[in-house]
Amino acid sequence: MPLQVGCAARPGKARENKTGAWRVFRPVVEREVCTKCGMCALVCPEGCVEETEDETYVVDLDYCKGCGICAEVCPKKAIRMEREEK
Amino acid sequence: MMEIMEGSHAVAEIVKYCRPQVIAAYPITPQTHIVEALAQMVANCEIDAEYITVESEFSALSACLGASAAGSRVYSATTSQGLALMFEVCFNVAGMRQPVVMSIANRSLGAPLSIWNDQQDSISLRDSGWIQLYAEDNQEAADLHLIAYRVCEDHSVLLPAFVCFDGFILSHTYEPVDMPTQEEVDGYLPPFVPYQRLDAKDPLSMGMYATPEYYMEFRYEIDRAMQRAKQVLVRAGTEFSEQFGRDYTGLVEGYRLDGADTALVAMGSICGTVKDAVDEMRDAGKKVGLLKIRTFRPFPAPEIADALRDVGTVAVLDKNISLGNSGAVGTEVKAALYGSGIRVLDYIIGLGGRDVRKEDIAKIVDLAEKGEGDMFYGLRTEVL
Repeated sequence: MPLQVGCAARPGKARENKTGAWRVFRPVVEREVCTKCGMCALVCPEGCVEETEDETYVVDLDYCKGCGICAEVCPKKAIRMEREEK
Repeated sequence: MMEIMEGSHAVAEIVKYCRPQVIAAYPITPQTHIVEALAQMVANCEIDAEYITVESEFSALSACLGASAAGSRVYSATTSQGLALMFEVCFNVAGMRQPVVMSIANRSLGAPLSIWNDQQDSISLRDSGWIQLYAEDNQEAADLHLIAYRVCEDHSVLLPAFVCFDGFILSHTYEPVDMPTQEEVDGYLPPFVPYQRLDAKDPLSMGMYATPEYYMEFRYEIDRAMQRAKQVLVRAGTEFSEQFGRDYTGLVEGYRLDGADTALVAMGSICGTVKDAVDEMRDAGKKVGLLKIRTFRPFPAPEIADALRDVGTVAVLDKNISLGNSGAVGTEVKAALYGSGIRVLDYIIGLGGRDVRKEDIAKIVDLAEKGEGDMFYGLRTEVL
């Protein structure tokens, strides 16, 4: 993305800026353990846990900051936080 | 028309002719007379400007930043502690590339509390991305505002500027000032054309966050704009000279440097004293000259090196001290002359309103020629 004078931005730019680079730990969902309760999607502060067509949940790693709240609230402990390899 | 004017009132008058649309400032000695006069002009409908009364300098510059971003030509003025309170906003104004022009009636910084003149306040903001111009007299203080608006609003620059003039020494002193008419100013300074502006119908945010992948490039862009400002300053100064007959073609100004063995380097009102001292020393057969730095940011290093190429010794007068090192101007002049073999010595003078007289200038030249320098000059050792 080319620089704009004065670091100016039109609305919607936050979606274009991939902010997942801040992440140290990434959530990994174990599908066989997941009961599809949706708690992870509900609590995600970035709103980046999405329900898919087959009713499982995936994390959009372009925006996930790796805060780990989803793993913390998961009643089945189906989400573990793995250190990112940079 | 030639008028006898107090420095502050000359500045207020020229600012009126610059047609600012928004003025926000907080009174602080010795800047107060400027904004007092402008408030009166707004109240009298002499200027078609919005005068925003604020509760602090932080708010004053924040209001100016917002108004500038919305597309207005804005003006503020401050000094010393007031400028210190604006520190954060100063960096934001430059980073958002808003052409705010602000007068600085230079004053020392506390503690200890002092209302008197030195240049510590603006010098301490040298890295903030503001163009810094220093005036020698009231005429120059007025004129530099016209040049500042021209340069700042140029779309190849888009940076803010301090127009610095020494508190009390100029701000409260009456001098003859050739004040242009509104028509003359209009002929030199066209209406402000914003590069981009806030508009509710076409939303835009400025100064958005930059991740490590982008931040450095933004800083680089500000630095490049600062470098481009040099040429724009020269062009605006040349056009000013053509229209008004007063010479601002150079970022620096040499005075009797031809054949000089020793050159003094200084900024601001002290240059007037130095010129008189140089005349007396020249009459006595001493080969001395002055290099006045009018533009401190962008720093005219090549211009300084060129102007001083034939001298043997340089004595820099610094009305500031970067505590733990030396004066800011001296440090930068030394860097500009690095490798030239010219001896550069720095003298901290006139802090907190300490008077500097012609005989002091002569003594500094003697010290420099003996190789004694990089020191506070005129310390009262009996109280230490």
